[in-house]
Order: sequence, then structure tokens, then C-alpha cells
Amino acid sequence: MPDRFERPGILQFIAYVLLAAFVIWSFQGAGWSFSALVSGGPAMADFLSRTWPPSMDRLPQLSSALVETFQMALVGTIIGIIVSLPLAILAAKGLTKQSFVSRIFYSGSRLLIALFRTVPDLVWALVFVITVGLGPFAGTLAIAVDTIGFCGRFFAESMEDVEKGPSEALTAAGASKVDTIFCAVIPAAMPSFVTTSLFALEKATRSSVVLGLVGAGGIGIELKVAMDFFDYQLAMTIILMIFVLVLLVERIGSIARNRILEGNTQ
Amino acid sequence: MSEAHDYFTGAQAPVMVPDAGLGSARCDLTVKGMRKSFGKGQLILKGVSFSVHQEETVALIGSNGAGKSTALRCALRLIEPDEGTVDLFGTTISDARQNVLRRSRTDVGFVFQKHNLVPRVSALTNVIHGNLGRSGGPAGWSQLFASRSLRQQALACLERVGLSDHAMKRADQLSGGQSQRVAIARALMQQPRMIVADEPVASLDPVAGQEVMDLFHRLTKEEGITLLFTSHNVQQALDYSDRILAIKRGEIVLDAPSNSLKAEDLNEHYG
Repeated sequence: MPDRFERPGILQFIAYVLLAAFVIWSFQGAGWSFSALVSGGPAMADFLSRTWPPSMDRLPQLSSALVETFQMALVGTIIGIIVSLPLAILAAKGLTKQSFVSRIFYSGSRLLIALFRTVPDLVWALVFVITVGLGPFAGTLAIAVDTIGFCGRFFAESMEDVEKGPSEALTAAGASKVDTIFCAVIPAAMPSFVTTSLFALEKATRSSVVLGLVGAGGIGIELKVAMDFFDYQLAMTIILMIFVLVLLVERIGSIARNRILEGNTQ
Repeated sequence: MSEAHDYFTGAQAPVMVPDAGLGSARCDLTVKGMRKSFGKGQLILKGVSFSVHQEETVALIGSNGAGKSTALRCALRLIEPDEGTVDLFGTTISDARQNVLRRSRTDVGFVFQKHNLVPRVSALTNVIHGNLGRSGGPAGWSQLFASRSLRQQALACLERVGLSDHAMKRADQLSGGQSQRVAIARALMQQPRMIVADEPVASLDPVAGQEVMDLFHRLTKEEGITLLFTSHNVQQALDYSDRILAIKRGEIVLDAPSNSLKAEDLNEHYG
């Protein structure tokens, strides 16, 4: 009868112990406290009681800010998707010719995508507020850059993963690399592109709320002002509006995803 | 003995039978001393040489892993061979630049075992893709952007394989036999002088397989297209080819006219 578990080697055992110790230390470093959690309960209840009923005083202005928030998310996502596609083609392994120049483009585009993805959108928003000033344009740029990082990576990976057969067939027919990418690779990766793009829009909608906190337009600044002035009833109205917006975008995204993936014939 | 056999340099001498009067016919494809290995010392082709004459139908048979598919892919440089030369319609493509290689490939329709159609797009778009070697760019990417004449041409190719009424059906919604016929229509769209088919019926049921082979036979004979196909099916190879090549462990071990062979002669080349 074989053992249920393989006995780990000494180095493997030490690695497990170190990992466990690091996790425990991380809880300490993160200030995790059950007592604070329990004692914070009444404060949370107090906060919630002061948010009710939500204030309807500034509903028209808030609605306008909410629309602006979504517009930032939509435009930022569209621009991000458009820019990320060529970058993803260059960054996808085995898609372009194996030459010195294409290797430079490959490394460069991967580095750019990694930079856009790893720097948080809030940091990009701060940078763009400094460069283009306060307002929705800074937020839109931040979302676009964040979307390039997000879509660039996933677009590239989905193109690397498509079945190679159709590309080989078109290469055998004398098609160029560009034709092969547009005819065989992109159509095969399209379901993944659609899914990634809709996730990017959902992500951008959530982000666009937070970006307002640093002055990059949208409803976020309204939330910050309401919290700073202890107007919790107005804050609750804003939170509920954001909740409805994000829920709507997710729901519509899900329906659109299904419709597009069922697809029309081209 | 055919001139095409003179350059054979393999370790094991192939069985050669006087050809059926094709010795003076022009060679569409000539492969000499092709070697290919994968990984460390895994030699798949050990100096393969063969030729295919104009308007001839040649079957390349052999067991799994014998090197049939690798030989076909190396012949069109879809896989780069380690050694050897390939002449395609009089052009040496073994060391040709990409643009010359692409031009030469446009004259060869390659039909794969798993059809290799682009999924999620229509059969018509897939057939239009067959023209990409002659005229690339967005006009050839989809039937949405294609010119009227290109669409008509593609529809005519579908008509020739009996699938014009499936033109707007998505490729991934077609049956295996239909998909393979669309792949043949795509090859026809190239207006090929030669069709290379890598086990074109291996993934089809016997009836669909028979239909596809009949279609190949009809099209190649009617239009004078040269055909080189690989097969596991000895009887199919005998029925549909003018000449049979057998490959065993990376070497051509038989090159003879089909009418001089019986199924028993070929069975020994498996295993």
C-alpha cells in the first residue's frame, strides 16, 4: 500500500516551516486583531444608524457625477483596449518573426505592460492630476493606462494559447504574418478578448469611483467631501448609487458577454 | 527506373519498381536528402528523398511516428529541415527567402488532418482566407470586407465541394466531413497546382472519409492538380494513388506504382 503523503525532504520541510512562520508574522504585521474587530462592531452600528435614511437633497448633482464616473470608465476602457491590442501582439510569444528587432519590441512591450499593470491606478491618477490637472480627464487617462496593463497581459496570453493549426494552415497557403494574426489568431482569441474587455470595464467602473478621491473627476470627490463633513446620510446615498452602477455594469456585461460569445457569423 | 530515384542516399535501399511512364513528366516537387531531428538526437527523417510529378497522385504511407507528417511539413518548410533540398515547381525553396517561399506556397493547397479551419468565422470567410497568399490585407480577412468577385470565387469553391448552402455557417458548427470539405475548398481557392493532404480522412468516419477521398480524386483528375497525400489506410492508398511511397523509421523504403502493388505488399511497412 503506498503512503498517502510523500515524506518531505529536509529542505522542503524547512521551506514549509519558514512559509508558515512568515504567514503568522504577516498577521502580526497587518495588525490583525479579533478584539479590535469585536470592539469596532458598536462603532459600525453607530455609523450605519447615522447613515439612515439616505439623503436625497443633492440627487440631481450626484446623478450627474455618477454619469461622469461611468463615462470616465467607458472612455478609459475603450482607449485602453485599442492601445493594448497592438502591444499585446508584440508581447505575445511566438506571434511575431524571430528577429533581433522583433525581440526588442517583444521585450519592450512586455516591460511597458508590466509597468502599466503593476503601478496602481490611484498612483497613475495622482501622476495625471499633476500633468493634466484636476478633473475627469486625469481619471480617464489613469483608467486607460490601467486597462492597457490589464488587457495587454491577458490579450497576449490568450493569443499565445490559441490552437496553432489555423495559423499553420494560413502560413502554408502563403499568408503573411500580419494576415495570419488577423485571420487566425485574433478570431480564435476573440472570446477571451470579449471577456477580458468586459471585466476591464467592470474594474474601471469600480476604479473610477476611487479615482475621484484624489481629484481625478467623478463621484469619488463627492463621497470624500460627504465623509469629511460627517454627512453620512449623503455618503450612504453615494455608496448606494455606486453599488447600483457597479451592479448594473456587471449585469449588462454578463448579458453582453453571453450574447457576443454565442456570436454572429462573419 | 525513374530518374527521381537516382539521388536516393538512405542507408536502406528502397524497393523501386519501374514507373508508369512518368519518368519524363515534369517534377512538381523534388525532395533530396532531407533530414530532421527533434530534441536531442531524435532523428525523424534520415535523408528522405522523393519526387512528385505533374498531375500525379502519390500516397505516402507509414505507421505512426514514421515521419510522414514531418516530411510533408519540411517539404513546405512549415518545419525547417536540418538538411536537404526542396524544389517546388522548379524553384529551390530550401534556402529561399520568406517572400519567395510565400509565393511558392500559394501554388500548393495544404489540407490537414484536423482541417485547421478558423473557428467562430463562417465557412465562406475560411475559404476566402485561401486567397491570402495572392492578395493579403483586410480585403482577404473576412467576407465582410471582401470584394464581390472574391466572395463569388469563394462561393464557387464551396459549390465545387457541395457546401455552398453552408457558406454562412460557422466553421465550428460544421461536421467533421463538412469541415474537411471546407478545408479543401480553401485549398481550391488558392488555384493550386498541387494539393498536399496530411492524413485528410484520419479523423473522419468511413463514409465521410470515402466522400472526401472521392472528392480529392474527382477534383485532381478533372483539373489536373497534382496530389500528395499521406494515409494509414493501405487500401485507400492503393485505390486513389498512381504511386505509393512507404516511409519507415524516417527512410523511404518503397517507391512503386500502385498498380504493381497489393495490400499485402504494403502491410509489411507498418510496425
